[in-house]
Amino acid sequence: MVKFLPLKQAVAENLNDGDSVAFEGFTHLIPTAAAHEAIRQGFRDLTLIRMTPDLIYDQMIGMGMAKKIVFSYVGNPGVGLLRRARDAIENGFPRPIEVEEHSHAGMANAYEAGAAGLPCAVFRGYRGAGLAEVNPNIRSVTCPFTGEVLAAVPSIRPDVSFIHAQKADRKGNVLVEGIIGIQKEAVLAARRAMVTVEEVVDTFDDLHPNLTVLPRWTIAAISVVPGGSHPSYAHGYYARDNAAYLEWDEIAANREKFQAWMQANVIEKSADDFAARVEHLRKAA
Amino acid sequence: MSELGFTPNEMMTIAASRALTNDDVCFVGIGAPSAACNVARLTHAPDITLIYESGTIGTAPQVLPLSIGDGELCETAVTTVSVPEMFRYWLQGGRISIGLLGAAQLDKFGNINTTVIGDYHHPKTRLPGGGGAPEIATSSKQVYITMAQSKRGMVEKIDFFTSFGHGEGGDHRKRLGIDTAGPTLLITDLAIWKPDPVTKEFTVVSLHPGVTCQQVQDSCGWVVKFAQALDETPAPSELELQTLRDLQARTKAAHEGTGKGKAD
Repeated sequence: MVKFLPLKQAVAENLNDGDSVAFEGFTHLIPTAAAHEAIRQGFRDLTLIRMTPDLIYDQMIGMGMAKKIVFSYVGNPGVGLLRRARDAIENGFPRPIEVEEHSHAGMANAYEAGAAGLPCAVFRGYRGAGLAEVNPNIRSVTCPFTGEVLAAVPSIRPDVSFIHAQKADRKGNVLVEGIIGIQKEAVLAARRAMVTVEEVVDTFDDLHPNLTVLPRWTIAAISVVPGGSHPSYAHGYYARDNAAYLEWDEIAANREKFQAWMQANVIEKSADDFAARVEHLRKAA
Repeated sequence: MSELGFTPNEMMTIAASRALTNDDVCFVGIGAPSAACNVARLTHAPDITLIYESGTIGTAPQVLPLSIGDGELCETAVTTVSVPEMFRYWLQGGRISIGLLGAAQLDKFGNINTTVIGDYHHPKTRLPGGGGAPEIATSSKQVYITMAQSKRGMVEKIDFFTSFGHGEGGDHRKRLGIDTAGPTLLITDLAIWKPDPVTKEFTVVSLHPGVTCQQVQDSCGWVVKFAQALDETPAPSELELQTLRDLQARTKAAHEGTGKGKAD
């Protein structure tokens, strides 16, 4: 049953060296605070799963925490490349890294299959695509009814998933709204899930009945971290810090500059520092 | 800015916007495709449906999003669905009329590489990869491609097939069981290209104002085929140019302002 915990303890209790882990959030609601806590605790040999590795996996890869990444778009959205991930893939720095690459459709279907308890996902995809030739996990099945050849990929079943969400109620039910991305599937596909939220409210009684709510018994731990998604955003709370994404390109371009930035902004900081980072991005709602 | 009063990139975006209609349902990529789609929406196609892969259907952003998942896309959308639903019901389900893609590398049959330069397992340059593109390229009814011309970008042979165009040409799509039309339009900063009906090789059908065949050839890595009756692309109208420039000015202010422009 869900526990409300300080972030430090929640991450320590749910993540282990060698785990396969998904820190999900499709551009929106990226769990940056949880990722930074994992960096401070120095986990090793992780298999990092994320559709769009984004800044958080660039940082974790740059800190040498990943032995493998599973992804479908390894760019800085709208800006360009993820330079720490590039350094790892091209030069094996700071350590060689194994790569399993899919398309968005492949990853989305694989998460959904994981949530559905299926061993694999079947969909119409990868036709004529080079990925099918370089990724042995992209295979095909023939429809027993029509004979159509369809793509098959193994389902994603992380040891643990981390997501950020808008709010929890006092019982620990969690609300996700706006661009819901892959949050629900990532939680339900994982063996255990940990959620950071902007705030806790008394009840969800006044919510629209069809909103995306994850019942408390699907979650292992919740931590309240206002601003915990920055520089990603939380719909209804604060906007995406696009300038920070632009700045990251320069920070990550240089190994020493990256290390200095990580030391000052992650290692020497805590979950409490996130609220101040989004102050200027909060909208008058 | 040339003496023509507009840049080649502006001409590219505006020419692409003209190819879109009010009835289209567009799966929009970031960059030039996103600008073209929104210029169309703000000029001749107010009811066009713009879909971004983050799950936002029927968006009408005031500024161009930096990412495919900026908050404004959701705030202005008719509805927002999950990413699995986006790819399964809407794209795979055959509901997209036009997929708009950019390219790092493109060949003459509309095959696109945004994955690696060099060998996949030992890349010289690791690019972001496909994201939604492999399935956009095969599940959309048609694909429009926009890119600025360069010899590095438009090459005889791409290093990796991120998304499939017409393969080696001819009926290659059909042979793979792909029943959608694939790339039917290429709009560059210099010209408008369409695939030959039989060979599927992209052929220049219209030159932008002031552009020569030699310029098109000099910035393309394959031997360019030109249609016998070459058109000249009409220059951007005052309204088109103003709409694009206003959109880009709003976008620049919003992205550079650490989000302050959006919060105001």
